[in-house]
Amino acid sequence: MANSHEVVETTQTASEYVQHHLGFLTYGKHADGTWGFAHSTEDALAMGFWAINVDSMMISLLLGLLFLGLFRFCISKATSGKPGGLQNFIEIIVEMVQSNVKNAFFGKNDLIGPLALTIFCWIFLMNTMDLIPVDIIPMFAQWVSGDPHLYFKAVPTTDLNITAGFAIGVFILVIYYSIKVKGLGGFLGEFAFHPFGKWALPLNLLLELPGFFAKFVSLALRLYGNFFAGEVIFLVIGLVGYWQLPMHLSWSIFHILVVTLQAYLFMMLTIVYLNQAHQTTH
Amino acid sequence: MNLNATIIGQLIAFAVFVMFCMKYVWPPITAILEERQKKIAEGLEAAERAQRDLNLAQNKAADELRAAKQQGAELIEQANKRANQIIDEAKDKARVEGQRLIAAAQAEIEMETQRAREALRAQVAAIAVAGAEKILGHAIDQAANEELMNKLAAEL
Repeated sequence: MANSHEVVETTQTASEYVQHHLGFLTYGKHADGTWGFAHSTEDALAMGFWAINVDSMMISLLLGLLFLGLFRFCISKATSGKPGGLQNFIEIIVEMVQSNVKNAFFGKNDLIGPLALTIFCWIFLMNTMDLIPVDIIPMFAQWVSGDPHLYFKAVPTTDLNITAGFAIGVFILVIYYSIKVKGLGGFLGEFAFHPFGKWALPLNLLLELPGFFAKFVSLALRLYGNFFAGEVIFLVIGLVGYWQLPMHLSWSIFHILVVTLQAYLFMMLTIVYLNQAHQTTH
Repeated sequence: MNLNATIIGQLIAFAVFVMFCMKYVWPPITAILEERQKKIAEGLEAAERAQRDLNLAQNKAADELRAAKQQGAELIEQANKRANQIIDEAKDKARVEGQRLIAAAQAEIEMETQRAREALRAQVAAIAVAGAEKILGHAIDQAANEELMNKLAAEL
């Protein structure tokens, strides 16, 4: 009996461990009207929409600044002659993005290149946070704040808010350029008169509208889902005692692929969606 | 999975970062890449041009070498011809000179012979006269015998 009790206790602490790692450092208005950090996931949920996940927001901004800072630093020393090591690395990334834009985007828009570059590098850096052992950054945050129960999530792409932020940005751009290129009528006409002509208008809307919105929902959910799942598996591996070391290693190696692939995929889909927005023929 | 204002924060950050990238990151890098591409293209073109120039120069050099060789051969031939000519001329001149010398020597010999003969003739006449004086014992009238003497001398 005591034995089974112990088992229940350990599973509880294990699930608490995972739960704790999946919680955010949320700042918002408590139910009693005061402002402050949420102390539990329920607490954070109760804060409603006007709360902010300080951890993912902070790391997201830091990584974005790291990306821009690194590139700016490199540009300040760049030459068109023989490039050095860092410049070579950055040029490889830019040329990769450039060739992808050239292959998938047939309109003319100076925004697409920098947009794709920002998305790729920023999301890549965020995803890379996944490869840092799951406990290090939360432990560091707890040590800095002095609160041993502090929630802190180190991988911004495991926060749906972050991935949705990207997706909404792309969504706004797609709508903006669709209306700019095709006109409001042309843009709405794509939903109303395709694929079955104007006599089947309700059916057309039923077919086209969900498809259009699903693009962006899936854009956000794909990235979020991949890294949320990856994070959960890292956490579960973290519960396995000493055997976690080879398992962590193999899962991390596998995750290097996912990190790059998901960043690339997000960039590529953004380019493709914006290309569709620029195409006048459906 | 709680959606909250982070989504707005991220959206704003996204917009700002993309704009920053569009203004300060993308243009300089692409400019550098383009510039390098241009440089490489120019370099390749220059190399090609240099190769073409080299070929041209090589052809030209070969042509000139051939022309120089031909000219040299012509000059040598001409010189040989001239040398032969000079030798022939010298030979001719020498031959003419030799003949002239021979002729002059012969003429002198003849003259000397003539002169010796004249002298001898004169002396023979005198000896004959002296011999006759001795034989006759008295002087012969020179004038009376002159004709005779001269006849005698002419016969010698």
